[in-house]
Amino acid sequence: MSKIKNINDLIKLKNAAQDKLFIRTAADSKSKITLKVAMGTCGIAAGAKETYNKLVEIIDEKKLNNIVVVQTGCMGYCHAEPTVEVNEPGKDSILYGKITSEKAADLIEKHILNGELLQDSIVGETHQRAE
Amino acid sequence: MAKYKQYILVCGGTGCTSSGSNDIIDLFNKTLEAKNLKNDVQVVRTGCFGFCEQGPIVKVIPDNTFYVRVTEKDVEEIITEHIVKGRKVHKLLYEEPVAKEKIEDSKSMPFYKKQERIALRNAGVINPELMEEYIAHDGYMALANALTNMTQDEVIKTVLDSGLRGRGGGGFPTGLKWSFARKASGTQKYVVCNADEGDPGAFMDRSVLEGDPNSVIEGMALAGYAIGANKGYVYIRAEYPLAVERLKIALAQAREFGFLGNNILGTDFSFDIEIRLGAGAFVCGEETALIHSIEGYRGEPTTKPPFPANSGLFNKPTLINNVETFANVAIILLKGSDWYRERGTEKSPGTKVFALAGAINNVGLVEVPMGITLREIVFEIGGGIRNGKKFKAVQTGGPSGGCIPSEYLDTPIDFDNLSALGSMMGSGGMIVMDEDTCMADISKFYLQFTVEESCGKCSPCRIGNVRLLEMLEKITSGRGTPDDLDKMKSLGKVIKDSSLCGLGQTAPNPILSTLHYFENEYIAHVQDKKCPAGACKNLVRYEINKDKCVGCTACARVCPVEAIKGEIKKPHEIDQDKCIKCGACYATCRFGAISKI
Repeated sequence: MSKIKNINDLIKLKNAAQDKLFIRTAADSKSKITLKVAMGTCGIAAGAKETYNKLVEIIDEKKLNNIVVVQTGCMGYCHAEPTVEVNEPGKDSILYGKITSEKAADLIEKHILNGELLQDSIVGETHQRAE
Repeated sequence: MAKYKQYILVCGGTGCTSSGSNDIIDLFNKTLEAKNLKNDVQVVRTGCFGFCEQGPIVKVIPDNTFYVRVTEKDVEEIITEHIVKGRKVHKLLYEEPVAKEKIEDSKSMPFYKKQERIALRNAGVINPELMEEYIAHDGYMALANALTNMTQDEVIKTVLDSGLRGRGGGGFPTGLKWSFARKASGTQKYVVCNADEGDPGAFMDRSVLEGDPNSVIEGMALAGYAIGANKGYVYIRAEYPLAVERLKIALAQAREFGFLGNNILGTDFSFDIEIRLGAGAFVCGEETALIHSIEGYRGEPTTKPPFPANSGLFNKPTLINNVETFANVAIILLKGSDWYRERGTEKSPGTKVFALAGAINNVGLVEVPMGITLREIVFEIGGGIRNGKKFKAVQTGGPSGGCIPSEYLDTPIDFDNLSALGSMMGSGGMIVMDEDTCMADISKFYLQFTVEESCGKCSPCRIGNVRLLEMLEKITSGRGTPDDLDKMKSLGKVIKDSSLCGLGQTAPNPILSTLHYFENEYIAHVQDKKCPAGACKNLVRYEINKDKCVGCTACARVCPVEAIKGEIKKPHEIDQDKCIKCGACYATCRFGAISKI
């Protein structure tokens, strides 16, 4: 490590360092959006792991610093795996089915960035969580 | 390079380390490796989360799951269930003591809800041994900005405007101290960080240094720039090995990155820091004694003036602030004095770290905005009194402070209000006492401490405090007279008025404040020879109620001195001459037949 010569070097270093810690800072974000990927046996068999990796990759690429991707157990929609649930603060959660790694890009692009729902992929009548 | 998708943060503070967090970290790493998850999940050893009561703490990110009391046995399950399958390990979640609910997300824990972490902003968030993580959280931006864009006076003005007051106990305005040191004449000046945290039960500064050592280094460098010093010292007690270790690592990295040394960030400002280990004398927390100790002399205080700002270390102008004060500086300069003033009270802006201990459910480290009430700290953040007992008093300020009774639970906490109540902010120790605590006994504890720690230089402190202690011993052993109470009051005032340094000037505070708020308790000791709390052994008697005793012999079996006699299924009896008042029988009896009188 060579010495930092001026404030601009420091800013560069900070940005690079923040990049690395991306997921950890997003976890503390106030407007945090959580994407839950169901990773039960059925989900994984249907490719949830690839979807999960793809989501993390895209979020990282686009530097969306308020989104976290977490894995959950089987949500019970085994017919529609891989499933991804989008939880935005103050909104009802929306469950998407058959989100393959190719569709993952669509989900981020349309739903997260443009606020459009992916009508064809919504799994109808999501269950309310037992409170 | 693939990025990590999940993080396992494991607390590496002193508390959790001594309950085995290092072994847990090793095991996590081994298990991740074995399961081929090494590239997806990173294990991070952080500073203190503050929730020491329930350590070792493990937090999984990004879903902020907060696991408590994790052992090596749980590691496998956390990985196979949570990391791989996304199912939280319920038995390890924190259970809220009042509602008995398991809490999944650390954000919704009452312990954290009321807290606002500024000095502890990075503790429990970053790995304190990695400079990159501090930099990612705006580390050294304040220093870089000050060196590039601000004059020395602008730096001082920002600190002054923020209203930051010394967090070591006195509450002197930090900006004012800085401007005195800046104005002092002389080319050689020093910055000293007082890390000689000596109050029993206080561990705020230790946790800041362990969890985020760079914040203190940056604060010191900023102070050096502001007052025109090129050299700093951290005076830290040798009993804090982990803090010393992390500080050393941070200093080495800061030099490597060019935040310390010559021509910092390409400017003509040069500054470096050395560590000086103290041998753990309480009096060395007093600034003049601390200076003499750094100089290599005996740690004894000298009279002020001259103040250290004019003639301190090696007779040069010296700025002394404590750890927590320095930890606040960088973020104030980064976000501005107005931002800082958004929290806290008019006269005591900002936040304060308290070490919460005693008869409380959530023992730990908390940082709260000034102006919060004691009730909020004790009953909301602290989760109330342990074992459903009644609250009696809270002791603040350590051996220099006093006890605050329940009538004042709703007082907003700041420097001035606590002094008005006869206690003090001190460095931030806060010990909660329940109904079983005897106020005379607790005063005795603190006085024993100050008597041992008195340096012996001036007579009021050296002799006076010993006399006070003798009187307290008399009272707690049942030989006291009402006269003693008056004598203690007048002697206490003399010691306060005539001692040389802060140690003696505050040593009688625990006695005076408890005499003020709990005089009845003292009177019970000297008149009725009774200890209402049942803590003073000489004033307590255990007796067996013959009507309730069923003769189960349980008490006789636990009595260590065989003072209990009786036949099976017939009422037993305690031989008062033999009884050592250990209370073992009282705790064992399942029929409520033994009473404490």
